[in-house]
Amino acid sequence: MSAVELTPIWLTLQLATVTIVLLLVIATPLAWWLAGTRSRLGAMVEAVTALPLVLPPTVLGFYLLILLSPQAPIGRFWVALTGDSLTFSFSGLVVASMLYSLPFVVQPLQSAFTAVGRGPLEAAATLGASPLDAFFSVASPLAARGYLTATVLGFAHTVGEFGVVLMVGGNIPGRTQVISIAIYERVETLDYAQAHWLSALLLGFSFAVLMLVYTVNRRAPVRVV
Amino acid sequence: MARLKMDIELALGEFRLAVTQSLELEGSTALFGPSGSGKTSLLRVIAGLETQARGRMVSGQDTWQDSKTGAWVPPHRRELGMVFQDARLFTHLSVTGNLRYADRRARSTEIDIGFSEVVAAMDLSPLLDRKVDGLSGGERQRVAIGRTLLRRPRLLLMDEPLAALDRQRKAELIPYIEALPARFGIPILYVTHALEEVGRLADRMLVMSEGRVLTTGRTAEVMESLDLLPLTGQFEAGVLLEGRVLGQDPTYALTSVEVAGQTLVVPALDLPDGSAVRLRVRARDVALAKEKPHGLSIRNILSARVLDVAAQPDTAFAEVLLDLDGVHLRARITRASVAELGLKPGDALYALVKSIAVDRSLLSVET
Repeated sequence: MSAVELTPIWLTLQLATVTIVLLLVIATPLAWWLAGTRSRLGAMVEAVTALPLVLPPTVLGFYLLILLSPQAPIGRFWVALTGDSLTFSFSGLVVASMLYSLPFVVQPLQSAFTAVGRGPLEAAATLGASPLDAFFSVASPLAARGYLTATVLGFAHTVGEFGVVLMVGGNIPGRTQVISIAIYERVETLDYAQAHWLSALLLGFSFAVLMLVYTVNRRAPVRVV
Repeated sequence: MARLKMDIELALGEFRLAVTQSLELEGSTALFGPSGSGKTSLLRVIAGLETQARGRMVSGQDTWQDSKTGAWVPPHRRELGMVFQDARLFTHLSVTGNLRYADRRARSTEIDIGFSEVVAAMDLSPLLDRKVDGLSGGERQRVAIGRTLLRRPRLLLMDEPLAALDRQRKAELIPYIEALPARFGIPILYVTHALEEVGRLADRMLVMSEGRVLTTGRTAEVMESLDLLPLTGQFEAGVLLEGRVLGQDPTYALTSVEVAGQTLVVPALDLPDGSAVRLRVRARDVALAKEKPHGLSIRNILSARVLDVAAQPDTAFAEVLLDLDGVHLRARITRASVAELGLKPGDALYALVKSIAVDRSLLSVET
């Protein structure tokens, strides 16, 4: 393969990595709150979080395109801050991917935190651990399997996205052309050989990732020490 | 001496807990009562785990909670330790990891408890490298108690630590808990619904029912003064007698114990003469006779006087309260027997004691 075909792969990996790292940071407190809250707001936030599961990517992409455009407040702020546009750029893709993959990260974390329950945290508190200390020393290690599932699913789902990326990022080689869009373009231009290559790559990757998740979830809980 | 003063309320659905108490923080105190009486909730309020609780809680000089001023000390700053019924060990850590978890976070410099001291006291050295998942119920509780001690608490809360264990494991674990006050000098609040454990482990007790404290006092006094029958079930009701070892009979492996000027024999106790012991006599193990009987296998026959006869309506039974020179004994006999013997207050008779349980020695406790 020439360098041209490698670029979308490299770009996809970058996008998925940045997205999952940022998502874990944001989804952890969100999932923690959802697992513990009894308020009505919880149900609403849960529903909003799950929206990307049911919405057509074009709907999500359309709204994002409007929100992120340099004419809208968020987009304007970003341009003022960085000099670059959020639409048709890598940063815009990251924002879009984060929203799109949010449920795949929040939900495994939320069920992992629910499974941990209050018991171990109460024990940690009576042993002198502050809530933050107890979260890092007890809750998150006990939820390790949830983190693994969330990371793998969030990463894989970002790799596999198409509609939102096309709407927000367009098809700019080296800037916003990820694998799925590269495949679309190869098919459009009747370059089936390249389309085969990239498609087989995504198929193999997705299968391997799901195998990993299901294998780990069948095994005993993850142990840290 | 430090005291734990509380005036607290907690509503949990239909259930309401309301306790105003000043507890002496010394030795071990049992919170006793039937399931659902609020013992565990009270312990959780003391620990600061029930954030809905209203009122005031003061430990020594420290105000842990005061709803009027909004004062609130979170659980991790209350310098207490709690042993839960289900142990709550951290499954992602080894036994050593669990112990070190508490050890690293302990703040108190006044309470001098060493890691190896705890490991020795709880016999943990064979377990140190084990995973938590592989431990038996009794081992889990030993680790949990050891972990809590390494927190160096000023107050140790224990929430039915034996309840999840079978009989044999209970018997194995009790001596460890029994030794805690003398060995580590930390006051203990011990929740249980088993009278057996109260008698063996607690100097003082606090009896709870339906979210309220019914009575408090020294264990022996509470046990003999209060009709615990409705709380314990008829099988376990009885009294605690305090006595002193008189001498040993090595031929038959018996020890004689003096109680209120009379002598009882019990299976050999490995204690020097003069040692104080507690004997628990269940009401169902006491029979009554108008005349001193002969030709019986029962060795413990005490002369007593009837104080009160309480027939239990709708049952075959009556409870007879007996006086032995200031010490009380309870007998549970049939109402038919009461009628046949014509028992009434003031009658002199003989109490035949079929079985005696010996509770912990009181060697160091002033009575």
